[in-house]
This record gives sequence, C-alpha cells and structure tokens, in this order.
Amino acid sequence: MDWKRFSFILLIIIVLFGTVVLVGQVKSAPIVIITSMLATTIAVATPLTLGALSGVFCERAGVVNIGIEGMMLTAAFFGWLGAIYMFHIFHFGIGISITVGALVAVLAGALMALLLAVLSITYKVDQIIGGTVINILAVGLTGFLNRQLFFGKGSVFGGQVPNSPGVLPTIHIPITEIFSPICGASPNCIQVIESINKVFDQKPIAISAILLVFITHYVLFYTRWGLRTRAVGEHPKAADTVGINVIKMRYANVIIGGMMAGLAGAYFTIESVPSFEPLLTNGRGFISLAAMIFGNWTPIGAWTAALVFGASQALNINMQLFRDVIPPQWAFLQQSYVVGLVPYILTMIILTGIIGRTTPPAADGVPYEK
Amino acid sequence: MQAETQSGSPTKSLLRSALDAMLVPFLAILTAVVLGGIIIASVGGNPFLAYYGLIQGSFGSAKALSETAVWATPYIFAGLGVALAFKGGLFNIGGEGQLALGAVFSAVIGYALPEWLGVDIPAIIHLPLAIIVGMGMGALWAAIVGFLKAYTGGHEVINTIMMNYIALNTISFLLNGPLKDRDPNNVIARTPLIAESARIPNIFEGLRVHWGFVLALLAAYLVWWMLNKTTLGFEIRTVGLNPDAAKYAGINVKRTIIVTMDLSGMLAGLAGALEVTGLNYRHELGFSIGYGFDAIAIALLGKSHPLGVVLAAILFAAMRNGATRMQFLTQLPVDLISMLQALILLFVATDAIIRYIYRIKAKGERVVLTRGWGG
Repeated sequence: MDWKRFSFILLIIIVLFGTVVLVGQVKSAPIVIITSMLATTIAVATPLTLGALSGVFCERAGVVNIGIEGMMLTAAFFGWLGAIYMFHIFHFGIGISITVGALVAVLAGALMALLLAVLSITYKVDQIIGGTVINILAVGLTGFLNRQLFFGKGSVFGGQVPNSPGVLPTIHIPITEIFSPICGASPNCIQVIESINKVFDQKPIAISAILLVFITHYVLFYTRWGLRTRAVGEHPKAADTVGINVIKMRYANVIIGGMMAGLAGAYFTIESVPSFEPLLTNGRGFISLAAMIFGNWTPIGAWTAALVFGASQALNINMQLFRDVIPPQWAFLQQSYVVGLVPYILTMIILTGIIGRTTPPAADGVPYEK
Repeated sequence: MQAETQSGSPTKSLLRSALDAMLVPFLAILTAVVLGGIIIASVGGNPFLAYYGLIQGSFGSAKALSETAVWATPYIFAGLGVALAFKGGLFNIGGEGQLALGAVFSAVIGYALPEWLGVDIPAIIHLPLAIIVGMGMGALWAAIVGFLKAYTGGHEVINTIMMNYIALNTISFLLNGPLKDRDPNNVIARTPLIAESARIPNIFEGLRVHWGFVLALLAAYLVWWMLNKTTLGFEIRTVGLNPDAAKYAGINVKRTIIVTMDLSGMLAGLAGALEVTGLNYRHELGFSIGYGFDAIAIALLGKSHPLGVVLAAILFAAMRNGATRMQFLTQLPVDLISMLQALILLFVATDAIIRYIYRIKAKGERVVLTRGWGG
C-alpha cells in the first residue's frame, strides 16, 4: 500500500467521521460519536472484507471472480435456511442451529465456487461470463426456493416463513471492567472507556474477518502454499515446469475463496439480521471486488479499502444526527438513496486509477492450457 | 464472418450464419428444459403440465401472442445493446440502469414538456422527441463508462454495475420526490401519465402490442447491417477481437470504445423509452427491474448475432409471459422461470459442456467475449 492510496483512505475516513462529529456535537460527545461510528464501520465492513479476501484467493491463483455477489447471496440464503431447518424441523437449540447455519453458508459458498472452478478452469469458459452465470443463477435459485419451500404445495412450513432462531451474539471484551479502576470517580473517564469498549465488542464473523485478513496475509506471503498460489497466478507455465499442479492449486484457491464469500453471506442472515429477502446483498459483492482492486490484490490493502466503504455506510446509519441541522430545502440529502450513492461513486473513483494504478496478477483471467 | 458476407446475398448469409450458430444454443435450451423438468418434479410439480401451461400462455391465443410481443420488445432492444457491446469486446452489465433512465426521461418529456411550454405539441414532434431523449439518456449513461474505460482503464463490468446502483438510487429519489405523480390519491412512486401526443399507437385494436415491436425487428436488422456492412461496424469488431491490432491498423481504439458503449446504452435507453411511450404511458419504480440482466442472458443465448438475439428475446418473452398460466395450472411459483433461464444461460455459456454431452466438434475459433482486468 503506497502513501498515495493510504492518504486517500485516511482523507476519506477523516472527512466522513469529521462531518458526523461536527454535525452531531450538539447531541453527543465527539468520543461517543467516533467510537460508535468505528464500531459500525468495522461491523458493516465485514462482508466487504470477506468478499475482498474471496477475490484475493481466486485472483492470486489466476481466476477472475466476479461471482462473489452470487456466492454471497446463495450462502446468505442457505445459511438462513439451514438455521431454520435445524431449529424448526429437527428441533435443535438456538446456538447449534445458528452455528450449523453459518457452516451451511460456508459450504454453499464453496459449492458455488466449485461451479466457477469447473467452468473456468476445466471448461475454460470466459471467466467474466462464468461469474455472471453464478450471479444470475444465484438470483434464480434463491428466489425460486425462497418461494417454493415456504409457499409451495406440501411445504413443511405450511405457507408461512418461520422465524429464524436468531443471530450470533456479540462477544464482550471486558475493557471497561479492566480499565475503569484507573478512572477513579471521574464519570468522563468512564464514559471514554465504555465508548472505546464498544469498538471492540463485535460479533464472531466480524472478528474472524479481521483475523482472516492477517491469516491470509501470512499464508499468501510467508508459506509454501502462498508462494505456489502466487506462482500459479503470475506465470502458470513456469509453475508447472517446476512441478506445481496448476489445476489443483487453482481449484483449491477458488474453493477457499468461495468459503470466504460464504462466510460473508452468513454475515447477512446469521450475524446481522435473522431474515432473508431476495437480492439482499445489494451489490456488496461488487464493492468487495473494487476493494480488492484498490488494495492491489493484497489482503491488508483490501481490508483498509473495505473499511472506507464501511465508513461511508456508517455515515448513512448516523444520518438521524443531521435531522435538526440541515436546512429544510436540503433535507432530501438525508434520504437513504442519496447518501447511499457514496460507496458506489467511491468505487468508480477508485477504479479510474487516479489514486495510483494497480497491477493484477499477470495470468489473472487466463485459463491454463498445457 | 467476412468470408460469408462476401459470398451470396446479405439476407442469405445472415440466415446461414444464424443457423450455424443456433445448434448449440438449441441443445443448451433442451438440456435446461429437461433439467428444469427434473427440478419441477422434485418439488412435487408436473413438468408436462408446467411446460404445457408455458406454451399455452405464450402462444395459445391472439392475446397471448400479443403479450409475448409486448415482452419481447424491450428484450430485443436491450439484448441487441449487450450483443453490440460484446462485438466490441465490452461487457455492458449496465442495461438495467440505462433502460430505467431512458424510461424516466422519456416519461418526463411525455408528461411535463406540454406543461412547461403551455401548449399542446403535435404527436409528430412530441413522440419522436420523447423517444430520442430516452435514447440519449441511455447513451449518455453508458458513454460515461466508455469514457472511463477508454481513458483510465476503469473496468466496464464494475463501472456499469455501479452506474446501475447510482441510476436506481437516483430514480428512487426522483420518483419519490420531484417527478412523483401529484394526484392526491397517488401513493405510488411513479410519474403522471404522459400526454396522448407522446404515445405509440397499437398495431391491432384491443391488443397491447404496439409499433415498437416492429421497430425492434427493424433495429435488429440495422444493428446487423451496421456491424457487417459499415466501416464503424468493422472498427467495432476489430477492436473487439484485438485492440492492439486495431491500434496498429490505424483505428482510434479509445473513440471506438466510447462509441460502442454509446450505441449499446442507446439501445437500452430505447427499450426503456418504448416501454413508456408504447405500453405503460408512465414510469413506475420497479417497472423495468430485471430487463437489463435478462438482456445479458439473451445476448449470450443469441451468440451476439442480431437474429439470434431476436429469437432468444422471443423465447425469454414467451417464458415470462407464459409463467402466469403455468402458475395457474400447476401452482408453481413464477420464480421458476428465473431459474430455468439461469440454467439455459449456464449451458449456453458453457458450450464446452454441451459439446461434450452431445459429442459436437467445435467449429472455427472461439469468440472472445470479454477480457480479464487487463483489457
């Protein structure tokens, strides 16, 4: 990550946070606003981070994956469905049902990725088309099953969508408990520590996403597996000559990528809200791709880019702070479809490359033929 | 393609090249239909009744035929748009946004222009104006992406998708705010009805099919003619096949990329404009959802050949139109059609699998549809 890109990210985050702090200071203290925005940023960046990691695995091995969106959508649906089946049909407890749901989501992502791998590696289908097939198939499959399983003839659910067992719990990290004695009786100090604590109180998938960023970084750049993956993506012929199985490496990495996208899908229906609606991923698979490109195909770079998108969504969520401040003739700016444009426009600016050009792996998108 | 156009009359070679390209898509459809039947049976439906319903609902009566043509009209235009971009080596996923913007702005000209001017505009001026403005909006929206592709290398796949979201958000804002129908009884995000002078007449009394369908068939011929018989078409195809070679042959690659996107978006915008002026007489939020994505499948199914696109569009239109009858007969959800279409697309895109199943040898070179990030 070069300085130009890093300062762009810093600038955007400062502008986004600064706006909210300036506008919201009448209502709450800056530290409360900043920490709550940080907490939201990290949470909503989770699917983007995981989606970008999915792209990193696939494309470092030389397979362009624009099917992340479809993989996420399929995983979100099947994860949710798995949790419902475990809870309502097999009568398992809430905890087990949700956990199984998350695993089903990861598996669904892996299966969609397997399809992409078969298409693009074995049958050498144009990879962009392959990804589009995944995306369209995901919409059709989830839309059809969502209707048929609940409202179809002989549905076990008898014509209604049952409540999902719930979402994953927040993992509390006891920062307040540990550090509050330092404050003594000062209420301000305790407020600061409690706000900071909020940033760290995240849910399991959000935490694993951050861990996976660093694990991926280590695997990709410090292990034999990573070296082989990169070799296969940069110069498959050379890799083949020294005895690396190009096809096998590509298959494995695409499927790992699919599992990442699957976990991202689980975020939507297992961690964020306990319900599914058609098309709920809403383009976040594509924003993940932009994050991956902006991060120059590196896990940590992709993560920081995902955080920028997270921050712009956090702005949207904090819009209620603006209600009393904005003059009535500008009130339309607070509408979600106006602020909601920010991530999409950011993506396009990033792709123009004015903030520094990026270089994809040399053999990205090229099927390997011996 | 060029060898064929040199021999024989243009219509003959048009047919022959189309027939050559049709075998694999036909088998792909067949495979998808069989697989779809298995899926229908596995969820407890009767596949034969379902397919019977589909055919009856789409071709079974004059009204069914008319409705199929009504569905096919935007499909043909939007599909031609995607196909044209494919020929130029570009993947335009932005049909959705280009089409919706075309529809909105065509509606604005249709209902608001007489109010602004304070006079009735004669149909001979008003209708073409409404259509041209819609076309222009689609073209403009796509040209932005073409410009970014040509001058910064920003990949058109992601940019057209982002432009879709920007367009749809903007349209939600417009239809809920400035352009909303002011009728006190109206709670829907939609424009007012357009003036009579901006409406396309129906072909037959009592049926909804309008002259836009004829225009669509004409457009298919024009696109074929442009691609195969004009310098511009030659440039577009050359850039699509090999931009480096095109550059050394003296073709202005950047300009060609922008023009290709422009024409592609224009066709999508036209699809939207005709939906408003010929069918709905207004634009409502959600009216055009899905057309842009269906158009991709249609272009792939038609192998980017204008005649193939027309046939694929009619097939997709028939499926969408017949779905209601199918649902009535079998209680299967309409969404089944989306999955059937996804399966068709899957098998068309992976002609290698179809060739393997039916033991067909590949003829000629593979057509390059898109390139990775580098292109």
